[in-house]
Amino acid sequence: MSFEYAPAPESRAVVSIKPKYGHFIGGKFVAGSKHFPTINPATEEVLSQIALAGKPEVDAAVKAARKAYVSTWSKMSGKERGKYLYRIARIMQERAREFAVLETLDNGKPIRESRDTDIPLAAAHFFYHAGWADKLEFAGLGTSPKPLGVAGQIIPWNFPLLMLAWKVAPALATGNTVVLKPAESTSLTALLFAEVCQQAELPAGVVNIVTGDGSTGALIVNHPGIDKIAFTGSTEVGKIIARAVAPTKKSVTLELGGKAANIVFDDAPIDETVEGIVNGIFFNQGHVCCAGSRLLLQENVAEEVLHKLKNRMEKIRVGDPMDKNTDVGAINSKEQLAKIVELAAAGDAEGAERWSPACNLPTKGFWFAPTIFTGVTQAHRIAREEIFGPVLSVITFRTPQEAIEKANNTPFGLSAGIWSEKGSRTLWASQQLRAGVIWANTFNKFDPTSPFGGYKESGWGREGGRHGLSAYLKGVSHE
Amino acid sequence: MSFYGLVDGSDASLKSYLNNLSGVDQVGAEARAAMLATRSIKTSSKRWAIETAITMVDLTTLEGADTPGKVKALCTKAVRPDPTDSTVPSVGAVCVYNDMVSVARTHLDLIGGQHVPVAAVSTAFPSGRASMPVKIQDTQDAIDAGAAEIDMVIDRGAFLAGRYIDVFNEIVQIKEVCGDKAHLKVIFETGELVTYDNVRKASFLAMAAGADFIKTSTGKVAPAATPPVVLVMLEAVRDFYEMTNTRIGVKPAGGIRTTKDAIKQLVLVNETVGPDWLNPKLFRIGASALLNDLLMQRMKLDEGYYSSPQYVTMD
Amino acid sequence: MSNRIDVKKTYKLYINGAFPRTESGRTYEIKNAKGVFIANPCLASRKDLREAVVAARAAHSGWNKATAYNRGQILYRIAEMLEGRRAQFVDEIMQVTGVTKVKAEKEVTDSVDRLVWYAGWTDKIASLSGSTNPVAGPFYNFTIPESMGVVAAIAPETPSLLGLIDVVAPIITSGNTVVVLASTKAPLSAMTFAEVLATSDLPHGVINILTGKKEEIAPWMASHMDIDALDISGLPAKQHGPIKVAGAENLKRIHSFKAADPGRIIAFMEAKTVWHPIGL
Repeated sequence: MSFEYAPAPESRAVVSIKPKYGHFIGGKFVAGSKHFPTINPATEEVLSQIALAGKPEVDAAVKAARKAYVSTWSKMSGKERGKYLYRIARIMQERAREFAVLETLDNGKPIRESRDTDIPLAAAHFFYHAGWADKLEFAGLGTSPKPLGVAGQIIPWNFPLLMLAWKVAPALATGNTVVLKPAESTSLTALLFAEVCQQAELPAGVVNIVTGDGSTGALIVNHPGIDKIAFTGSTEVGKIIARAVAPTKKSVTLELGGKAANIVFDDAPIDETVEGIVNGIFFNQGHVCCAGSRLLLQENVAEEVLHKLKNRMEKIRVGDPMDKNTDVGAINSKEQLAKIVELAAAGDAEGAERWSPACNLPTKGFWFAPTIFTGVTQAHRIAREEIFGPVLSVITFRTPQEAIEKANNTPFGLSAGIWSEKGSRTLWASQQLRAGVIWANTFNKFDPTSPFGGYKESGWGREGGRHGLSAYLKGVSHE
Repeated sequence: MSFYGLVDGSDASLKSYLNNLSGVDQVGAEARAAMLATRSIKTSSKRWAIETAITMVDLTTLEGADTPGKVKALCTKAVRPDPTDSTVPSVGAVCVYNDMVSVARTHLDLIGGQHVPVAAVSTAFPSGRASMPVKIQDTQDAIDAGAAEIDMVIDRGAFLAGRYIDVFNEIVQIKEVCGDKAHLKVIFETGELVTYDNVRKASFLAMAAGADFIKTSTGKVAPAATPPVVLVMLEAVRDFYEMTNTRIGVKPAGGIRTTKDAIKQLVLVNETVGPDWLNPKLFRIGASALLNDLLMQRMKLDEGYYSSPQYVTMD
Repeated sequence: MSNRIDVKKTYKLYINGAFPRTESGRTYEIKNAKGVFIANPCLASRKDLREAVVAARAAHSGWNKATAYNRGQILYRIAEMLEGRRAQFVDEIMQVTGVTKVKAEKEVTDSVDRLVWYAGWTDKIASLSGSTNPVAGPFYNFTIPESMGVVAAIAPETPSLLGLIDVVAPIITSGNTVVVLASTKAPLSAMTFAEVLATSDLPHGVINILTGKKEEIAPWMASHMDIDALDISGLPAKQHGPIKVAGAENLKRIHSFKAADPGRIIAFMEAKTVWHPIGL
């Protein structure tokens, strides 16, 4: 007799998606000129038509942001700016269910994750930064830190609302105004956020949201009326932006890709470690820049850990993201699925051994079963390139020094994981690892107070915490 | 005594076996239990879970004030939880003090409850503080009176003082008294052991010593059967099965008052050791108030509206 | 035209989330600026203080363990509740102290904003006053500021609402719990503020408010061995000496302040430094 969980769908009734959207410029929703469809990646159903911003719209947005900065936002006390952010945080909490459902429909991630992780963290980010608005003189960045002006912000599709919060909250708290472009496949929660700005009575033009694709992003990056660019996305595009901005006076922060090593020592707490490995690569379908995509197993426990890992993977529930019991949802787009399939095939071709639990994948939508490759070495493509999907490459090591060498042997440097019950070794390893975020005996933990960002080609700058404020304030460097 | 070939009965071999166990990270274990608590069990799966939970209840009365009258009423409720609905199954067992075993067994047989076993708490329950001869006699009395299950407590003092071999030997001796007449549940009193590392150690110790079931608590000390504690015990049982091909049962007791609590426990079982354990032979829930909440929730599923305690019997 | 009779409020104490009367049975009179009777607030005794300290101590563990985010949200909620009841507070302040409406409005506005300011400190104070320390050896060394425990406080006579909030908010921001003696001449705002606290998800016992005489209560606060620290901002300077002498018995940390400052939060925190070796 088995305990099958009956379908437990979250209700869609809480959201009302318009058939077509425009942009949010100067405090108002304005019609777009060209449109493209946005779909639910779990079903391929068209959810709505999203506007494609061209030069006129981007110009209008930058103009509105500049006007708001000059006439209102830069003149306002930090105390009052902070109160707007508190309002936004509270309204996001009130409308949390609506945001969670919308995020899942648009992105494909399980409702449990939107509901329990994405949305609460996004609201918390606004709450935290609201409190900095009138305390900047205490942040260790000078007695009277000044904002940069208008920030152009381009965010990815993997955590749409959360990435919006990571960008907008600190920018506004420090006194800047913004023009934000959500990812083309996931614009809906950003557009709902615009409604929240209206409900919070945020002064017109402080936040502007223009939707579109890479061409819209390029217009923002190259716009002369923007003082600062903040980008989260692939390393490849990050480099394009860095080059584009080089001849200008714009400041830039970049949060790019990763190929994190998740290091398991032989004294790791084994059941929690297996949970951590699963969380590290299958949370959010592996669409995570800081995913623990390289499992570095101490050779003397490799067999035991892999055995437990496979048993645990058998219990992963892949399916309808709107079902409250789903653990892993849909791949965000056809394009991303093709990339994952291609790299996994490379893994096969290069001689690594592939394994997945049996999964009943739906026929419509974009799906990839959680997969591990064993027998991987540093020279394999699947050990070097970011797959951005639910694919784990397993590599072994003999000594702690070898683990560190392998972990650091990558142009990326965003994150790493360490599993051990020995405190001194954990601290030693964290000291040796060239990564901006290190998780010990846990993984994929985020908090507004905790700075996030990478070493090397994983980007420039930090988001969150006291350190994250400097990205939006005039600093000592002239570059 | 073969102890599954895991230890040879000596202090040294036991220490080595226990020290080889992996540790438990508290934050990670609690996070896993919390995630499993978000499982949404609805409609048909909820109905199945409620029915199953009813059959797993060890309906319990362990009061100084217990009288034959009280115990008989409990037995009647155990056999027919809802007098107005004969489709409600009987519970898993009736659990009483050893001097009430005879009353319980006699009454159960009288009312057509031959299929409901009597479990007796034993070995100076709940404290475990008495001499070994007293504990053995306690157990023997219960079995002679008709108990088919013995719920013993471990000596927590010995455990916390590091005298694991003493804890081990006590279990071995009580198991011997049980023979093939009674199955043995070993109660850890996890609230007193405090750490998950200790719970894991106690689990492996008890299983090697011959426990048929490992049980969280006496119900007299809080915290008792919290989800992370039960998770850690289920993980130990799962690992033990891989090592020895033997399935050991798990019984959470104490603090499980609502249907929601019970369903969370079943989810833990399902996603840790698997569906083979989802029956009264391998999973029991020590409870008293829970039964009525299960009945009310069952009524709500059948009738479609919320019920009231007036529609279930108090005993 | 009927003359409706008002239902007048009875003012009690606020201890452990409840509103008990003083165990002493005593009250004193508050009249308005024109000499007209308004209310009989409680004249708290040392036994009320004793009960309040018991409540504050019991509440400390939970409040201290709450996340900084959670404490911040509760402080913000207190601001929300206070904002919603502006008019009542403005009215009461005008009645009792005789100030103009403009002044009373400003006091209430500043009170709300002050709560919001402190709400934003809960999850930032550690970034400011904590640190990792580069010791000369293979050790990870970090300093973490922690709350002290139970702090007793004397609120200033005026402003009666803002002064109380100025004293209490920085104390609880970090996880301390507090027993505060309100302004003697103008105690009513403090008790109405207690009603705001009671509807703000603030756990019982985190803030306890007494009304009464400084000369009676302050010495008992100073000598109480289960109070960890004192904020005597509301006591005239010449009375500080004897309080400090009495407080020396258990080495209470004793402070008084004039303005809002994160230093007020840090003053009621202890710095804990931890060493841990770094090595294989």
